Amino acid sequence: METLLEVKNLNINLDGNTILKDLSFQVKEGEILTILGPNGAGKSVLLKTLLGLLPYKGEIIWHGKPKIGYLPQGLSQLSVKSYPLSVADFFSLKNPAPSSEEIIKFLDFVGLDKSILGKKAGNLSGGQFQRMLIAWVLVSHPQVIVLDEPTTGLDIGGGETIYSLLQTIWKKENLTIFLVTHDLSIVYKNSTNVLCLTHKREVCYGKPSDILNSETLEQVFGTEVKIFKHNQ
Amino acid sequence: MPYQIILTLISGIFISGIAGYLGTLMLSKKMSVVAGPLAHLAFPGVALALIFGFNISFGVFPFVILGAIFIWYFEKRTKLPMENLAAVIFAIGVGTALLFLPIGKAEEALVGSINKITFGETIVVVSLSTFIFFIVKNLYQKMMLVNIDEDLAKIEGINVSKYNLFYLLSIAIVIALSVYLVGGLITAALVAIPAAAAKNVSRDLKSYIRLATFFGIISAVTGIVIAQFIHLPIGPMVIVTNAILFLISVFLMKRIF
Repeated sequence: METLLEVKNLNINLDGNTILKDLSFQVKEGEILTILGPNGAGKSVLLKTLLGLLPYKGEIIWHGKPKIGYLPQGLSQLSVKSYPLSVADFFSLKNPAPSSEEIIKFLDFVGLDKSILGKKAGNLSGGQFQRMLIAWVLVSHPQVIVLDEPTTGLDIGGGETIYSLLQTIWKKENLTIFLVTHDLSIVYKNSTNVLCLTHKREVCYGKPSDILNSETLEQVFGTEVKIFKHNQ
Repeated sequence: MPYQIILTLISGIFISGIAGYLGTLMLSKKMSVVAGPLAHLAFPGVALALIFGFNISFGVFPFVILGAIFIWYFEKRTKLPMENLAAVIFAIGVGTALLFLPIGKAEEALVGSINKITFGETIVVVSLSTFIFFIVKNLYQKMMLVNIDEDLAKIEGINVSKYNLFYLLSIAIVIALSVYLVGGLITAALVAIPAAAAKNVSRDLKSYIRLATFFGIISAVTGIVIAQFIHLPIGPMVIVTNAILFLISVFLMKRIF
């Protein structure tokens, strides 16, 4: 597999605060990199920096200019609700606007019926809305998708559905996925690599099986974390 | 029908129609609040025009457009919310105006002067409104995505800064035109009310845009005609008509369209 992203000695300072220090890692095509850490450790900031939305020092090199799809944290129904947008209208905000066949194909893919196109996006249930967003991101055929806490506000069942959906998409579309979460069971089941960030600006990086032991997790989250390994 | 009222009706329809259309974009991000402060920036322009005796619109346009550019620039630099910056700019504008504005003569700045509009001014109103309509139509989908989530819009390849500038300038021009129709005090109503009323009763984007524009036009026509018959100022009457449409929309919510 080709290297897709190289990050070398990345330093991020925002408003005089050091958010990340001397971070280096690589992501290969087709990997799922999970970024793990407590609130405030800089996960979303790291994602945004990788996407070129924030200033930084160091090197961020994307090889082959991949097409990226992004699902920001807390892209809430509330902001979509400001306008009376139907689901079809919301898809029409993409540039270029996808054809209705494409939209229906991807809605079907995430388990939504095409009858949803005429409904108001702001009135969907939390789970439906999140799936619609994933279809929205996928419809432009990105090579990379960047998801910042895609299950915020969903119950356990809803979250599980989203993640198994991601797993299916990943296999089918040959995607590289960047995922921010603090849901440990997800990390274990789905990621190829884990990057963890802490409040103390320390990082760990490796395979989930190496990272996910009580010792590292205690270091990451600052408290004792009980971990139950699945028998897979 | 007398010549003057035809000019008044034509300009009223164009101004209120474009304000209603643009207002549909401004419903989020508390942007309709921005319209108010921007319109108040008309006051220093009016003050200058009255003091030096030139046409009021020559005073109004530069101030409102300059205000929009300042808001855009400060937003870029400080990342403060636009509505907050609009308040700052507003305070500066009105504060300065009150120092010089001959208040006794300033009625036109308060309630509009569309009943005195000339043929030449009507031509300017019609062409500017049409021009702005095409600009806004062009940036509509992109600007809506920016309003929903700026980061998302950037990743979708939208030059947010550029679109913000076009957006603010369009708002500024529509506001300056609105000062003609309803004066500098109640301009926000002209962009805010039709969109709010339309949102109450529309199920998708298309009906929302069409209804808001229609509400804008119908309130201008009704307001102007009623005001002529019972000899009341036009601007406030247009706003009252708008408000009645809004109340009706609240009662009809989710029952039609």
